[in-house]
Amino acid sequence: MATQHSRSIARMMLAPATTLLLAWMLIPLIMTLYFSFKKYLPLRGGDLGWVGFDNYVRFISSSAFWPAVATTLIIVGGVLLITILLGILLALLLDQPIWGQGVVRILVIAPFFVMPTVSGLVWKNMFMDPVNGFFAHIWRVFGAEPIQWLSHASMPSLVMIISWQWLPFATLILLTAIQSLDSEQIEAAEMDGAKPLSRFFFIILPHLARAITVVVLIQTIFLLSIFAEIFVTTAGAFGTKTLTYLIFQRVLESQNVGLGSAGGVYAIILANIVAIFLMRIVGKNLDR
Amino acid sequence: MKQIQLKKVSKNFGATEVIPPLDLDIEDGEFVVFVGPSGCGKSTLLRLIAGLEDVTSGQILINGKDATEMPPASRGLAMVFQSYALYPHMSVRKNIAFPLRMIGMPKDEQAKRVDEAAKVLNLTEYLDRRPGQLSGGQRQRVAIGRAIVREPTAFLFDEPLSNLDAALRVGMRLEISELHKRLDTTMIYVTHDQVEAMTMADKIVVLQSGVIEQVGTPLDLYHNPRNTFVAGFIGSPKMNLLTGKEAEKHGAHTIGIRPEHLTISTKKGGWEGTVGVSEHLGSDTFIHVECKAFDETLTVRASGEMDLSYGSKVYLTPDASNLHKFDENGMRMS
Repeated sequence: MATQHSRSIARMMLAPATTLLLAWMLIPLIMTLYFSFKKYLPLRGGDLGWVGFDNYVRFISSSAFWPAVATTLIIVGGVLLITILLGILLALLLDQPIWGQGVVRILVIAPFFVMPTVSGLVWKNMFMDPVNGFFAHIWRVFGAEPIQWLSHASMPSLVMIISWQWLPFATLILLTAIQSLDSEQIEAAEMDGAKPLSRFFFIILPHLARAITVVVLIQTIFLLSIFAEIFVTTAGAFGTKTLTYLIFQRVLESQNVGLGSAGGVYAIILANIVAIFLMRIVGKNLDR
Repeated sequence: MKQIQLKKVSKNFGATEVIPPLDLDIEDGEFVVFVGPSGCGKSTLLRLIAGLEDVTSGQILINGKDATEMPPASRGLAMVFQSYALYPHMSVRKNIAFPLRMIGMPKDEQAKRVDEAAKVLNLTEYLDRRPGQLSGGQRQRVAIGRAIVREPTAFLFDEPLSNLDAALRVGMRLEISELHKRLDTTMIYVTHDQVEAMTMADKIVVLQSGVIEQVGTPLDLYHNPRNTFVAGFIGSPKMNLLTGKEAEKHGAHTIGIRPEHLTISTKKGGWEGTVGVSEHLGSDTFIHVECKAFDETLTVRASGEMDLSYGSKVYLTPDASNLHKFDENGMRMS
């Protein structure tokens, strides 16, 4: 049987890739689970044996745990809010026929190509520096005392930096969605007497629902594991310690691999809880 | 009463002139069909009337008032689009109610009007469905429903049936004609299908590259085409347009004779020819005859029983009273 034959050959051909992918995902996961039940201190005696759920209890009872969860959620929520609101506005603007459209669109996408560490450093040193930063100069022009962005307004600063990085992504997806809107629908609404604002809320926004869902889901996945921007700006100080950052500190700064691994498992659980909530709230948009 | 008047209306897209200045009057309650080959500017003309395109020059009067600068919504016209342009995320009920909601009509009044429209269009049981769950014909009816509820001064249809299959098209054609009789409202209908134009119109406007070739009733256009373009465009199958010696015998540059005005005989007649392909429709047979006198293929309508084998010799005789004569500019000579 040709089909039977080709099917088993197809399976064999797929096997290396599948195996590699499985190993790629499973080995780190199993190692994390393995270490999370061990007392493992690389610089202070190495593997000190099994400790059961000790690491889990210690990680969650640490005073830094719940603030870290809260920080993570605030960053995710804040960035999502800003990128989607501004993304829709920018997409609407970019959809207008303008001179030099191609160049403008590339410029808008540009921040997405900047590496997170680089953008973090650029913002920290060139914009938010309280002495020489661009913002400090603006503040002084108006005779105001420059804000010490990263220490006094650390969370808004971080949300701002990360939003700047992710805005192009949201804009791009929303722009393609707006462009896919049937122009006859807008014209029909126009004939039906819908003013520009009603056209936006009754026609354009519902049309964008699916694209917004995609942006929310994809961005959440990446924002939950934000690290570089925090590392190069506040290094986790001033209440900017996310769950990811806390795990990094436990493993590398405290050299406690077991404790950090337990944190990693918590991070997986948090990501799943967020995912379940998101799918409940916005996932139904994908069914249509 | 003249309800919609176009005075010297023209439209340019950039440097290209799509519609040179034209005049057109549309009477109250009339069913007007704009017909022409694709790209002839008929849809643009409709969009100018709707206000979806701005006129380059000229004036549009609706109910005697200058509507040239009015936004689409305040012209009191309703449009049915080729793609139906239904709002996919709204139920049929909300789609139909949308224009009423936009003018801030009270909820119960809205519901009453929607129910009425749904009853007229047999949509009552589909009111809570989404457009995506409806068939093409039903979507078409929803689009018409959305136009009806506004009680507009005139309906504009932009090739509304071109997305439907042939059987459904015939049905919807009847429904729209019936709707026109019942509502007695002006309708302007754009199509490239001359059958739709002939069957539905009170008045046909034939357009070619933005120019009105002729305006008249369907039968007027059929019997007295003003030029060769109208002659060839109206009527199915097409009128046979012949040039050369035989035409000069009649004192014309081109003569036109419709397939139904030619008699075919195997024994004697005016023009000798050989039979090509025969198309049997049951009621009629369309026979393509290669004619030596013109070096052209003529289409002849014969009775359904007519059975001539390919390549056999026949004679064609035109009905002299239905012979159309055109001069070298393609204009009718009378």
